[in-house]
Amino acid sequence: MAELKLRRSLLYVPGNMPSMLQNIPLFNCDAIQIDLEDAVPYSEKDAARILVRRFLEGYKDRNKEILVRINGLDTKWALDDLKTVLPALPDGIRLPKADSPEVVERLDTLLTEYEEELGLPIGHFRILPSIETAEGVINAVQTARSSPRLIGLAFGAEDYTATMEIERTKSGEELFNARMNVLWGAKAAGIQAIDSIFADVNDMEALRKETELIKRLGFTGKCMVNPRQIDIIHDVFAPKQAEVDYALEVMDAIKRAREMGTGVISLKGKMIDRPVVVRAARVLNTARAHGMVDVVINEEDIYGAE
Amino acid sequence: MARNSLGREIPETFAGKKLVPYSDPWSVQPHAERSTRQIRRIAHNGSKLVGGLREAIIASGLKSGMTISTHHSLRNGDRLLNELVREIDALGIRDIKIASSSVHVVHSELVPYIRKGVITGLECGVNGLIGELISKGELDCPIIVRSHGGRARSLITGEVPVDVAFLAAPCCDEYGNFNGFFGPSACGSLGYALVDAQHAHKVVAVTDNLVPFPAVPVSIPQSVVDFVATMPSLGDPKKIVSSTTRITTDPIGLQIAKHAATVIEASGYVKDGFSFQTGTGGISLAVAEHVRNMMRRDKVKGSFGCGGITGYFVDMLEEGLFEALFDVQCFDLKAVQSIGRNQRHMEMTAGTYANPFNCGAVVNRLDCAILSATEIDVNFNVNVNTESMGYLLHNTGGHCDVAAGAKVSIVVCPSIRGRLPMIRDEVTTITTPGETVGVIVTERGIAVNDNLPELKEELIRRKAPVKDIRQLRDEIQAVTGVPRPVEFEDKVVGLIEYRDGSIIDVVRKVRE
Repeated sequence: MAELKLRRSLLYVPGNMPSMLQNIPLFNCDAIQIDLEDAVPYSEKDAARILVRRFLEGYKDRNKEILVRINGLDTKWALDDLKTVLPALPDGIRLPKADSPEVVERLDTLLTEYEEELGLPIGHFRILPSIETAEGVINAVQTARSSPRLIGLAFGAEDYTATMEIERTKSGEELFNARMNVLWGAKAAGIQAIDSIFADVNDMEALRKETELIKRLGFTGKCMVNPRQIDIIHDVFAPKQAEVDYALEVMDAIKRAREMGTGVISLKGKMIDRPVVVRAARVLNTARAHGMVDVVINEEDIYGAE
Repeated sequence: MARNSLGREIPETFAGKKLVPYSDPWSVQPHAERSTRQIRRIAHNGSKLVGGLREAIIASGLKSGMTISTHHSLRNGDRLLNELVREIDALGIRDIKIASSSVHVVHSELVPYIRKGVITGLECGVNGLIGELISKGELDCPIIVRSHGGRARSLITGEVPVDVAFLAAPCCDEYGNFNGFFGPSACGSLGYALVDAQHAHKVVAVTDNLVPFPAVPVSIPQSVVDFVATMPSLGDPKKIVSSTTRITTDPIGLQIAKHAATVIEASGYVKDGFSFQTGTGGISLAVAEHVRNMMRRDKVKGSFGCGGITGYFVDMLEEGLFEALFDVQCFDLKAVQSIGRNQRHMEMTAGTYANPFNCGAVVNRLDCAILSATEIDVNFNVNVNTESMGYLLHNTGGHCDVAAGAKVSIVVCPSIRGRLPMIRDEVTTITTPGETVGVIVTERGIAVNDNLPELKEELIRRKAPVKDIRQLRDEIQAVTGVPRPVEFEDKVVGLIEYRDGSIIDVVRKVRE
């Protein structure tokens, strides 16, 4: 099943900017993607990966998920990126240009080697592959099933439109098919679907519209380039009070069902079974992040005790 | 040397004056009458025009050893003070003290005249180069920094006797009525000048916009003005309005503003009758924006906004969110235009605004106020005067007045500036005593003074990032390290006067 972990907002922070790295603990986004790839000029690749390692070593009280976007596996920097950064224990790797399942599998093998070397349980480092080329979109369904480390598929619209030789527009019609393929791949594999950045940091209205659109389509989160975008994204992903109330009723109903020894129960004439419960759990988890409820939902609440 | 209650060593005298060390914000009681000046009888009903500045200086009887003043409502656009000192020098007058309401960066032109002995003392705080040179010991000119309220007090009690006030008068008639609302050098409120007009021994209105009698509305009346002088231009309109009157887009600044807004909301004062003051910085304006949204959302009818007024406050007044604005200086064009036409936008004297020695200053009626800081210490003491090199670079403004008056004074400050930690064990200079500071807000968390336990509890209940101020200091120092302290020599080059006239701190010569 898709994890309950919230990944509404994933903020990119350039890996070569100490002043920005040191602010990472302060922002209320769900995840940070420290960038060693596009944001870092060639001349600073070495310095950036060392800086990132030092920052992560000093960032003891982690209060959000930390991913590092390494350089593409087809570049000369990728292996050094992994070697330098992994001992400082990021939660995972954002993998650019995940054009095929094989690319992800290669990273998976590398991560396994590092986990053995570092004495970590296999599967410790997660992967978020970027689907950002025409080829990547075509292969998204297979890529989504390429490794148990995957937390989701991330759509990268900027690179995608570049490989398609088209302009990215604010309304985004040109992205529709690609987004749907990424979504189908992710949903079919039971992982999360994360949408691309919205580049114009001064157009909050258009950001809101795009976020509303991708939420309706099925994305569970969105990448960002500026912390000012966090509040709007969270606002769009905030559940409505009615949704929260209903989710609480669902959790209550399934609890009663379990007490009666069944996994299915009727609530106001509608059947409540596992998919409905999972959805309710997700709503409540998001609601908790928004301070709307205090309940903590765990796996037992959803699936029952063994 | 004596130690004041905050542990600062204060000399017994400075520039010939006996000093009273600071003890606490409340206990100093005044034992003086209002200062007096000679009553005069003007026989004529004709023009008071004497010509240009030089003629005005001669007419006023200014002599070596006297004290002059100007107001700073033209801020960095002011041309009057520089021109005035040039003329004073040309007339061979020496040993003049300046007791203006503030001296700005533009007045760095005075440096040669200080070296030359034309100017031998500053009875007011300064912004910029003059203070830096005095701190370095390169300029010998005793300086006494006062808050807006403290300056008004010192003129009203007569502690600082101003012999001649040269007051920039943007809209003035030949018999001496004037206001700041209209004309090419319009600056809006004349809040600071209103004090000088009442208490200086001689008053000269200096205008670049002589209008037919009467110049209405009358802010400063003919009955207190001795002479009228003209000069081609009082100031540069572009620099009269303050530069930072836009909401910040810096994510850290916005985070601070959000935390500050949470504090204001948690204070419980945002209800009918709410009163509020904020500055002109990008963070302060971002807080104002949050407050406006809160007031709209809860349909709050506030009482008043106060202090230096910006277009943001004008918008809130016009939207009906406040009953009135009390304006001691206008910070932008929108505020200038508003004060000229809206009776609910009140011109206020610096004395009414912030003087501790009267029947009640407007700051006493403030619920929440946003203040800035260059440094803060673990006892909530705030420095706005000296910067990281130890140089005296900023005037106090209304900082300590507002902190003492407001029910909740909120100091907003980024935790790190230019690699330096802003919360320290001790501030370089104490401007405002910690016991008058309610809350410190940085992007890394909120520290609440122990004297506001209910606010602290409410913030914790709202899951705001409340931290002990020492914890905050440690978190910041974990990033920045602990900087080597600036070293000072024993020589005292300036005083930081608290609003009641006691000495809260001194400025010493920096060891280079």
